[in-house]
Amino acid sequence: MEHSTDALFGGYITVLVAIVMGAILPVTALLATRLLAPFSRERNKGATYECGMLPIRRASTSIGMRFYLYAILFIIFDVEALFVFPWVLTFADSPSAYWTMFAFISILGAGLAYAWKKGALQWR
Amino acid sequence: MRIPLPFGMLLDTTKDAPESVPSGTRQRIVRVPVPGLRLVGAVVALVVIALSVLIGVIVVGGALDGKWYDFRDLGNTMDGLRSVLPECVLALGETCVVTGSYVGYLASAVIGGTGVLSFVGLILVLLVWSERRLLARFQVRRGPNRVGPFGLLQPLADAIKMMQKETVIPRGADRFLYYLPPVIVFIPLMLLWGAVPWAPKMTYADINVGVLYLVAVTSLTTLAIFLAGWSSNNHYALLGAMRTVAMMVSYEIPISISLLTIVLFTGSLQLTEIVRWQAEHNAWFAFLLPLPLFTFFFSSTAELNRSPNDIAEAESEIVAGYYTEYSGMKMGLYLAGELGYATATSAFVSTLFLGGWTLFGLETWIPPYVILGLKISVVYFVLVWMRATLPRFRLDQLMAFAWKYLIPLSIASVMLVALEVTLFARWDVAAIVPLVLFAIVNYVFARIAMRRWATVLGYQPELQANHPVMTSGVGGLRAAQALRQAEGAR
Repeated sequence: MEHSTDALFGGYITVLVAIVMGAILPVTALLATRLLAPFSRERNKGATYECGMLPIRRASTSIGMRFYLYAILFIIFDVEALFVFPWVLTFADSPSAYWTMFAFISILGAGLAYAWKKGALQWR
Repeated sequence: MRIPLPFGMLLDTTKDAPESVPSGTRQRIVRVPVPGLRLVGAVVALVVIALSVLIGVIVVGGALDGKWYDFRDLGNTMDGLRSVLPECVLALGETCVVTGSYVGYLASAVIGGTGVLSFVGLILVLLVWSERRLLARFQVRRGPNRVGPFGLLQPLADAIKMMQKETVIPRGADRFLYYLPPVIVFIPLMLLWGAVPWAPKMTYADINVGVLYLVAVTSLTTLAIFLAGWSSNNHYALLGAMRTVAMMVSYEIPISISLLTIVLFTGSLQLTEIVRWQAEHNAWFAFLLPLPLFTFFFSSTAELNRSPNDIAEAESEIVAGYYTEYSGMKMGLYLAGELGYATATSAFVSTLFLGGWTLFGLETWIPPYVILGLKISVVYFVLVWMRATLPRFRLDQLMAFAWKYLIPLSIASVMLVALEVTLFARWDVAAIVPLVLFAIVNYVFARIAMRRWATVLGYQPELQANHPVMTSGVGGLRAAQALRQAEGAR
């Protein structure tokens, strides 16, 4: 495999084409539904499903606090994982790289332990 | 009256039909052996054997080494196409605007994309069938066996039925956002399947940051799921979507950390490069890194919303989760998308951990994509097996499992593997010695660490396993049939 700019670019052209192609299958299926399926307007048919009762309030009101905590933790750890990826590719070059990353991950681990201790990982 | 049906079946209305059949009952389909069918089968088998011998002779003779017609690697055809194209296709004066290789890449992208698309379509049809059949076997049932031979046409019938169903849009829904998710769900599926290396040159999108691409693309579905849950204005749907997002986000981290350990060994993020490393060292990462394999596989089931982690659509709790308000083909698209992701994940498990298209040198004889296909089926079977066997986790258990169990363990394994790789780079012996040593060390580490950490977190093993009793007591399909026969005789 040649490593020219063309090859690099070619990899992403295919991704672009794949996005277009990926849209074809569901769009044709939905179009077929539009053509084949019966269609009628009836007011009560559009009622929100709620096990036979009338729904109270709109659904899109508020989101639980615990999801927020998990989101914060996720951001920290996902950025950490992305930060480790370049290290993984280059760490064999220098002997001190291992201990540097060890210190970094230890600090992060201490953060996780703190969150755990504080009960942020407890689903209430 | 005997009505012939395709695939050697006969609709026999005289035989076995009692006189007092009320009108409207289903007529019984009796398989009557058609004379000559056996002969046809023998001829087909002979032709297949002759073809395989011919292929073997051609391969041994070395007649198709990398030629455009070399069927063992369909990527050769694309190379042939590129070599035919001229240097410059469109020139404006002196400068070349469109180069031949650009056109070649675009053409191969379109051809390959069509290939991947039709492959995904075909595999979805096959999967719906195989999954239902397998689940039925696990539950001592027969599964779909009426439409077509062995019920193979059942998915097609389902698709046609779903297309004919009205898709109801709830009144309070955000219309635009409600339409988008079924389409968005499918696009990452295509992107994922495109990145799978099927053979040395047969990769649709051979991206040099393949592993990162994999992590990025799998998290796209989270977006579609939350859109679906939020836009349909339903409490169940929103709850399901929030649960799913929380779960997917949590399991994203063990996945990326366990992928790190592989990259540590290979030193490259490219998927083809990872496969090549495994082939070169004759070492599958499944043997070398058992703990990351477990982490990746289990976390993938969470990302896929499959049992044991299918709380997003826990029927007993929140109706159907994020697609509660979707009906007809839109719901069908979600279901199909989920199956597609399951196989795509099986493909990635086979590529990353089970050596991809290689099989210890056998890939020069057998087309590599056949080998990968077999591996994918094995991994997919394990997925179905898990779905049939394991009970569902509760949401808090699931989140705790990711954050308190998988993440600490996978971080520890990354540090251990990093140490090993440092040793591997500096130790001047044949590669097999350290690799075997690492495999043993990692296995022992996985065994002890998983057990100890679980004990620390409060896991208490059962004093007496009761599963063997169950399996021998029930005995599967054969036992059920024997029981039924005995009852019939009585």
